[in-house]
Amino acid sequence: MIRIERRLTEARWLLVAVPVGSLIGAVILSSVILLATGHDPLGTWQRLLDRGFLSEGALSATLVQATPLLLTGLAAAAAFRMQTWNIGAEGQLYLGAVGASGAGIALGSQPAALVIPAMVLAGLVTGAAWAAIPGVLRAVFRTNEIITSLMLNYVAGLLITYLIFDSQSYWRELSTFTSRVFPQGKYLSAAAGWPSVQIAGIAIPFGFLLGMVAAASLWLLYRSTRFGFEARVIGDSRAAAHYAGIRTRRKIVAVMALSGAFAGLGGAAEIGDFRHVLDPRGLQQASFGYAGIVVAALARLNPFAVILVAVLLGGLSNGGFSLQGADFPAGLVGTLQGLILFCALAGELLVRYRVRVQRPRRSPVHPADVATVRPA
Amino acid sequence: MRGITKRFPGVVANEQVDFEALQGEIHALLGENGAGKSTLSNILTGLYRPDEGEILVNGQPVAFRSPRDAIAAGIGMVHQHFRLAASFTVAENLVLGHRDAADRGFLLEPSVIEGRVTELARRYRMPVDPGARVWQLSVGEQQRVEVLKTLYRGARILILDEPTSLLTPQESENLFETLRLMAAEGRTVIFISHKLEEVMAVSRRVTVLRRGKVIGTVPTTETNPRELARMMVGRDVVFTQKKQGPARAEREVILDLLGVSALGDLGTFALRDVSLTVHAGEIVGVAGVAGNGQRELAEVITGMRRPTAGSVVVAGRPVRPGDPLTAIRRGVSHVPEDRMGTGVAPSLSIADNLVLKAYRRAPISTQGFLHAGRIRTNAIELMRRFNIAAPGPQTPTRLLSGGNVQKVLLARELSSRPRILVAASPTRGLDVAATDSVRALLLEAAAAGVGILLISEDLDEILALADRVAVLYRGHIMGVVERQNARVEELGLMMAGAA
Repeated sequence: MIRIERRLTEARWLLVAVPVGSLIGAVILSSVILLATGHDPLGTWQRLLDRGFLSEGALSATLVQATPLLLTGLAAAAAFRMQTWNIGAEGQLYLGAVGASGAGIALGSQPAALVIPAMVLAGLVTGAAWAAIPGVLRAVFRTNEIITSLMLNYVAGLLITYLIFDSQSYWRELSTFTSRVFPQGKYLSAAAGWPSVQIAGIAIPFGFLLGMVAAASLWLLYRSTRFGFEARVIGDSRAAAHYAGIRTRRKIVAVMALSGAFAGLGGAAEIGDFRHVLDPRGLQQASFGYAGIVVAALARLNPFAVILVAVLLGGLSNGGFSLQGADFPAGLVGTLQGLILFCALAGELLVRYRVRVQRPRRSPVHPADVATVRPA
Repeated sequence: MRGITKRFPGVVANEQVDFEALQGEIHALLGENGAGKSTLSNILTGLYRPDEGEILVNGQPVAFRSPRDAIAAGIGMVHQHFRLAASFTVAENLVLGHRDAADRGFLLEPSVIEGRVTELARRYRMPVDPGARVWQLSVGEQQRVEVLKTLYRGARILILDEPTSLLTPQESENLFETLRLMAAEGRTVIFISHKLEEVMAVSRRVTVLRRGKVIGTVPTTETNPRELARMMVGRDVVFTQKKQGPARAEREVILDLLGVSALGDLGTFALRDVSLTVHAGEIVGVAGVAGNGQRELAEVITGMRRPTAGSVVVAGRPVRPGDPLTAIRRGVSHVPEDRMGTGVAPSLSIADNLVLKAYRRAPISTQGFLHAGRIRTNAIELMRRFNIAAPGPQTPTRLLSGGNVQKVLLARELSSRPRILVAASPTRGLDVAATDSVRALLLEAAAAGVGILLISEDLDEILALADRVAVLYRGHIMGVVERQNARVEELGLMMAGAA
C-alpha cells in the first residue's frame, strides 16, 4: 500500500536534493522524447547548455532574457508572500513598458542621466497604478484579485495593441510612409538606451542590476521592517492581523502596488535594455508576466532564489532560440522547456510530502486499497 | 476492543487499548483532551482503521471498512459537532442516508416516518417536532435529533462525545434521564467526557485514558472524583480558587458598556442592549450556553466588531467603534476564543507572535525597522517568565501544544500592562496542568489591578474565579449576581432564558 504523508519537518538537505533530482528526471524524460523524434539527446543538451550559458556572449544574452523574468518573479513573490494573488504581472509589465517608452520619447533629446531615471520611474509608477486597480477592488469590494488582475492582463494587451495598431497615438511612428502603412512604435533615441556593465567579460544589463537591487530590497522589506512584519502576519492569518490592529485593507492596496511596480520596472527594462520601442506583438509573445509566477514558485518566494531561477530560465529560453531550425521545430523546444518546468514543480511535492510504501500487515482489519492523503 | 493501537505521523494516539462495555451499561470514557478518546471512538465507528488490535461486537470479531459497516453492526455515534442538514426537517434528517422498510423505492413517506419519530421521541422522553426544520431548533433540541437518529437506525451501542458541552445544567439532566432509559432496555451507552461530576452522576463504570493508554476501569460506586482526577492526570489535582475579592466600591470603573447592540455574522442581532461594568482588579464572569453572543461581546469590546448602538468606555474614555488599534492603545487586551488563527499567527515564530501588538513601538521597532535582537530577548524573557515550553523562540507557534499557545497569548497580552483583559474560554481544550496555570495567571493579573471579563461556557470555571457573574442569553444580559450569592440552579435557569 502506498501512502502519501505530509512531512512533519521539511528536511534541509531535501531543498537541494529535490531540485537536482527533478532536473535529472527532466533530462531523462526529454531524452526519451528526443530519441523518439530522431534527435541526438547528448548533442541537443550540449547545444542548449552552450548557447544558453557557455559560449561567447551567451550569458549576456541570457541576462537580457532573465531581466524581465527576474522582475516579474519578484512581483509574484512580493504579493504571494502575503497570500495576495496578483496574477496580473503580465499586464502590469505592458503598462510599465508604455510608461517607460512614453517617458523615453518625451525626453528623447535630453541626456541619458535624465532620460533613464525618468523611464525607471515611469515604469514603476504605471505598473503600480495598474496593479492598484485590483488592489482597491479587493480592499473595498472584496472582489477576488485573481480574477480582476488576470482580466486586466487582457485589457492591457488590447491597450498596447490599440496604441500602435489602431490609433495615431503618441507612441506610434507616423513620420514615414511605410510606418503609416505598416504600423510600428517610435524608436527611442540613443540616450534612452540603457547601459550595460562589463564584469569579467559579461555584459550585465542595467535592468538586471536594478532587479538585483529590487530583490535585496524585497528581502529586507519582509525581513526587518514594520511593513514586512504586517504583511507576514496578514499572509499567515487575516484574522490574526485584524485582531492585532493591522489595517489590512490599506496593506492589500500597498502590496499590490509594490508588486505591480516590480512588474512595471520589468516592462521598462525590456524597453530600455532590449527593444527600444513599444512592440505589442513582441511583448505579448514573450509572456514574461506568467513566466514570473513559475519563477517565484520555483524560488519558493525567496527573492535571492528568484535571481537564480530567472537566470536559469532565461538561459533555457535563450538556448532554446538557437536550437530552433529546419530540423528542430519550435514545438519541440517548447516541449523540452515544459518538461523541465513540470519536473521542477512536481519535485516540490516531495519536499513537503513523503511517499511511504507499506507491506500489508496481518491483522483482522482489511488493508486499505487506496492511497490516502492525510495532512498532519 | 482488544489491543487497539493507532498511530498518526508523530504521535501514537492509542496504544494497546483494551476496552469493553457490557449490554445495558452506561460506560464512561474519561480523559483529558488529547488522551485518545476521540480516536478510540472514531475507530469504533469505522472512521479510522486501527493499526493493530481487534474489535468484537457480541463476541464476534468485526472489521469496519467504513462508518456504514459500523452502523450496520448497531453502533451509533452522537458527535460533539452535530452532523445534521440544517435546511431539512427532523424526520428527513433521520432517514438521510438510511434505507429500510419505510422507504418504498424512490419516494419518501413523510407521514410514516414522522409517526415513527414521534413514537421514538415519546418513548425516550425527548420531545421534538418531527416536521420542524433543524435550523429552527435550539442546540439542545438538535442534540435530541442526533440521539434519535442513532436510535432510528437501530443502534444497540451509542457513543456520545462530550454531549453536555453545549447544554445548560437542566438540559444535561434531561439527557442523562434519557440515557438511563436506554440502558434500562438493554442498550449500551458509551459516554465520553472530561467532566468528573457528570461521569459520577450517570455512569456505572469508568475507563480512564491517559496519553493513549488505558489507566484502568473502575465501577463508579467504588470510586470518587478525587481518585478519578488522579487517574486522569497522573497526580493530585487542586484547582486554584479565587480568594475574597477587593472592595469594589473603592475601585475605578475600568470597563463600561452602555446599551451595546451588535449584529452577528449572519446579520441578525447577536447582542441586544448590553450594559455591564468591570472594575479594576475585578473578575466578571460571563456565563451562557455557546452561541448566545459571547464572541460578539468580546469582539465589540476589543474593537473587532462595530456595534450598531451603544458605547464602550475604557477607563473613562470611549473607544472608537470597530477599530482594534485604538482599543489596543487604550489598554484593552484580548485572549480570543479562537487561539490558533486569531490569537496567534500560526506559522510565525513564537518570538514574532510575542510582539504581534508591540512591534509598532520602540524598543521593538524604530523608524519603521524591526530590531531582531530585541524581539529575541523579549521572547526569551517572556518564555522564561511564563514557562513556555518550546525548543526556542524561532519555533513556529503552530507546533506548540494548546497550553503553550495559550501561554504565548497570555504572555503577550499581560506583558503589555493592560487596563482590561477580555478572556474568552481561556482554558478550553487545555489539560489540567495548563488550565491551572492559566487560571493562576488570570488571578495574578486581577490582583495587580487588571479588570478581567472572563467569558466562559464552563460554569465551574466562572464560579471558581469570578467576583460577579453575568448570564448571557440570546444577546441579553439576563442578570448579574455576586459570586457568593450565585446558585448553579438559578444560573442554569438564566442560561436557558427563564428568569
